Amino acid sequence: MNIFVCVKQVPDTETKVTPNGDGSYIETSSIKWIMNPYDEFAVEQALLHKAANAGSTVTVVRVGGTKDTEALRTALAMGADEAILVESADNLDSYMTAKAIKGAIEKSGKTPDLILTGKQAIDDDCLQVPQILAQMMELPSVSVVVGFEGDGNNLTLKREVEGGALEVYTTSGPVVVACNKGLNTPRYASLPGIMKAKKKPLTTHSLADVGVSDDDQRIKYSNFQLPPEKPAGKKFDATDEGNQASVVAEVVGLLRTEAKVI
Amino acid sequence: MAKVAVFTETQGDNVKSVTLEILGKLAGQEIDVISIGDVSDSGLAELAKYGAGNVHVIKGDGLDQYSPEGYGNALKEFIGNGGYDYVFAGATSLGKDLVPRLSAMFGAGMASEVTNFTMDGGTFAGTRPLFAGKCLAKVEVTGPKPHFVTVRPNALGLPESPTAGAGTKNDVSASAGEIRAAIKEIIKGASEKLDLTEANIIVSGGRAMKNAENFKILDEMADVIGATVGASRAAVDSGFAPHAMQVGQTGKTVAPSLYIACGISGAIQHLAGMRTSKVIVAINTDPDAPIFTKADYGIVGDLFQIVPIMTEEFKKMLG
Repeated sequence: MNIFVCVKQVPDTETKVTPNGDGSYIETSSIKWIMNPYDEFAVEQALLHKAANAGSTVTVVRVGGTKDTEALRTALAMGADEAILVESADNLDSYMTAKAIKGAIEKSGKTPDLILTGKQAIDDDCLQVPQILAQMMELPSVSVVVGFEGDGNNLTLKREVEGGALEVYTTSGPVVVACNKGLNTPRYASLPGIMKAKKKPLTTHSLADVGVSDDDQRIKYSNFQLPPEKPAGKKFDATDEGNQASVVAEVVGLLRTEAKVI
Repeated sequence: MAKVAVFTETQGDNVKSVTLEILGKLAGQEIDVISIGDVSDSGLAELAKYGAGNVHVIKGDGLDQYSPEGYGNALKEFIGNGGYDYVFAGATSLGKDLVPRLSAMFGAGMASEVTNFTMDGGTFAGTRPLFAGKCLAKVEVTGPKPHFVTVRPNALGLPESPTAGAGTKNDVSASAGEIRAAIKEIIKGASEKLDLTEANIIVSGGRAMKNAENFKILDEMADVIGATVGASRAAVDSGFAPHAMQVGQTGKTVAPSLYIACGISGAIQHLAGMRTSKVIVAINTDPDAPIFTKADYGIVGDLFQIVPIMTEEFKKMLG
């Protein structure tokens, strides 16, 4: 099977985000980049499916900047066979990203049997690329996947919806699967894995190579700013058992009379 | 003035309140509502009250149950013929899955999960959080129409004096077309309560809950005030709660009216996911816990002592 995994490189979750000078994006000069956490579940699922289906290959695709290549190196070190990088800005919109991934997959000459992605990237939080990519490639898709079973192309996929309910989908052909936390436990890259990764093939394309131009832009961002700070709240000491009852009664009262939320 | 379609979802006899929030904000535009599957009389009245002109109810083979392909195909046909400038939907589980596919069917752009927007001169401009709410940005859509927008539930609020519309029901038949990924079964969640992303009140537990069993005291409070129970990443990673309950950058971003954080220290990725809550109550033994910087009402104390007292106080007030 030809298995593709799409990964994105994003600022670490502990990053303190600061808008840049003209508000066109965030300050990226001193950011620590990581593989998008949800994409780790996609890479792991690709490797598990490869192991269960002899003769499969795992190709990892990334669209983004070249200042760091942490995401692709991690995926190769975990066990992916080859990598494709489409060089672009890190904040390309979802439509352009999906079109670039489609172009990169087509250029690889392999017909995908399975495309895995994370359910969302934790930088722009759009949750668009898997579904747009599926539509562009005329494939079905299942998103927010927490259960993945089956052989080859015959899959049973569990999608998590409101209240933790699960929609159980079955598919029997190529499909785009967007993975959620809880699907599996991503492996750590081993030292031999990291050494081997350095020798694995990495193909690089420009956006033009994969058929993407400025005309494909669909979303414009501006005016990046920090959310307004809340005024300081009221703080009560209830460490003494003697005043707990009165403090709690006061707070509950304020929730009704002052905050008006109960 | 723009011609706008608002895709609605129903819950029993009710339409989801995010639809009404969107309708309220769209006052002054030409608004149609689209539903797949029937809308009750009371649902129709609600839609009219908040400004729906026509309410198009789409039915057809393969549309009894959601599938991204089936719903997408049915809506593409109808929306394509409608000459709409914009298509809005709630950023619900279904909306987040369906709308990106639908937008790609038109080769059109989509603004995801905005928390506010304007329609000056009939042109959309939105505000949306990025990095799970660590920053905000203005978002505009460009390229071919219709433009697609999803709106975060609870973010806009309902208008106090909505402008009513005609609410004229119109039955439409459509086809789901080929469905290659179809639902075979739905497994109910443990909770029948509103999802965290739609909940009006959330009671959330952190690492200090110590184990899964102790979440019972949060469930008890939640039952009294009609809340949904959430958890921090530390609590989820320690196995106290399932990931579906996680609030934060790698969980759910929430915007309830009231968020009660119990034994949550307030890591940056957690604060990002809940800081837009209207009112935040924090209970923590550590007076220097970062959660207190975001709390409207902070109680320094042991949650195992405070929570049961609070539950009793809520009972007194509401009972």
